[in-house]
Amino acid sequence: MSGLLSRRRAALLLAVLPAVRAGAAGVASVTIDNFTFTPAVLTVAPGTRVVWINRDDIPHTVVSDARPPAFRSHALDTDDTFEVVFDRPGRWGYFCALHAHMQGTILVR
Amino acid sequence: MNDGRRQLLSCMAWVGTGLLWTVSGGVPRTLGLLGTAAAMPAPGLTFAQISDSHIGFARDPNTDTPGTLKAALDLVVAQHPAMMLHTGDVSHLSRPEQFDIAEQLIGATGIETHYIPGEHDWLEDDGRPFVARFQKGTKQGAPDGGFYSFDREGVHFVGLNNVADLKPGGMGALGARQLAWLKTDLAGHGDSTPLVVFAHIPLWVVYKEWGWGTDDSAQALALLRRFGSVTVLNGHIHQILQKVEGNVAFHTARSTAFPQPAPGTAPGPGPLKVEPGRLREVLGVASLTFTRGQSHLAVVDTPLGA
Repeated sequence: MSGLLSRRRAALLLAVLPAVRAGAAGVASVTIDNFTFTPAVLTVAPGTRVVWINRDDIPHTVVSDARPPAFRSHALDTDDTFEVVFDRPGRWGYFCALHAHMQGTILVR
Repeated sequence: MNDGRRQLLSCMAWVGTGLLWTVSGGVPRTLGLLGTAAAMPAPGLTFAQISDSHIGFARDPNTDTPGTLKAALDLVVAQHPAMMLHTGDVSHLSRPEQFDIAEQLIGATGIETHYIPGEHDWLEDDGRPFVARFQKGTKQGAPDGGFYSFDREGVHFVGLNNVADLKPGGMGALGARQLAWLKTDLAGHGDSTPLVVFAHIPLWVVYKEWGWGTDDSAQALALLRRFGSVTVLNGHIHQILQKVEGNVAFHTARSTAFPQPAPGTAPGPGPLKVEPGRLREVLGVASLTFTRGQSHLAVVDTPLGA
C-alpha cells in the first residue's frame, strides 16, 4: 500500500533521533491508556510523523486495518513507542491486534 | 431444569482462587473448598486448570509472576490431578525467556499439561514459537493452527485458539478454518460423549466493550448443542465467572498473575491493583473431576492464599 514513506518502531529516544525523512512536517502523538487510543481520530498534515506511546501496564499493538496492513508495530510494552510518517492525504484506520476492540484513525489532509 | 443443574446453579458461589473440576456425566459441579476436595476419594478423572500466568509481567500488583505461578503449581501438585490444562497467556510478551521460565516451572511438576494460546503468546511469527514449544506432539487441526483435540478416560477434550488473526473492532475469533475442523472433529463422537472445550477468551460474551467474548462462538456452540454434557473452560478475564446454558456449562478461571476488574467497573480492563497482602486471595487454580455415570463435572476454585 502506498501513502506512507517510512516507519520506525519503538524509538524511546525520540528527541535525539534525526528526522525520519527530510521534510517531515511535524510530530503528533497518540497515547494508549486504559485500552483506548487518544485521540481516537487524529488529523494531521501530510508529512507528519505520528508517534504512539503505550501508557498501559499491558502491551498493545498498532496495526493498520488495510489488507495487507500498511503499517504494523511489534508488541509495545509500557512506555514503548511506535511511529509512522504519513505522506499522502487519506484516512488510515488502525487497531490493536491483541485487543481488537481498540481502534483509531489518522486523517491526513 | 433437572435437579443436577439446579444443584449446579446453587453452587455458583465459588470458593477461592483455584479451580478443581470434576467431570461426572458431563456438567461441572462445585465440590467445595479445597480442603473438602482434597479429602474426597478420587471419583474418576480429576484434572486441573491454570490460566494467565503472564510470565514477564512485573508491575503493580505483582512483581513476581514466576513466584505466584510456582505457588499455583504447588497447589495443583497437592491435589494429585491426572493432568492439567493451561488456558493461555502463559507469557506476557511471547519472549523466549518468558516461555523458558513457564516451561521449566510447569515441567518440574511432572504433570501432563495441555496448552492453548492466549493473545500474549501469539505475538511473534503467527504463534509458531508457542505451538512448537507448548503443543509439541499434538495433532494440530491445521498446520500451526494452535488448536487440537484428544481423548482421556472417555472424555473428549477440544482445545481451541481464539486469539489469532483478530479483526478490527472485533473480539476473539475462531475463524472458518477452525470451525470446519471442529465440525469434523466432533462428527466422530456420539451425543453421550462428555466434552470439555477449552480456549483462552470466553466463548460467550462476557463484556463486549472490553472485547471479552468470541465473535463466532455461536457457530461453535451450535456444534456442541447435541451433546449431553459440555463444559467450556476459559481464562483471559482473570476472574471466576460461571453460567449454564442448556447442556453447556461455562467457567472462567482466575489468573496466577494478577486480577482484572469485574466487567464495566473500571475505565479499562487493565490489572486490578490490590494491596500486596491481598494479592494471593485473588489468584488461584481450578480443579475439575469427572465421574462416570454422573452427569456433572465438579469444579473447585482454590485461591493461592486466604
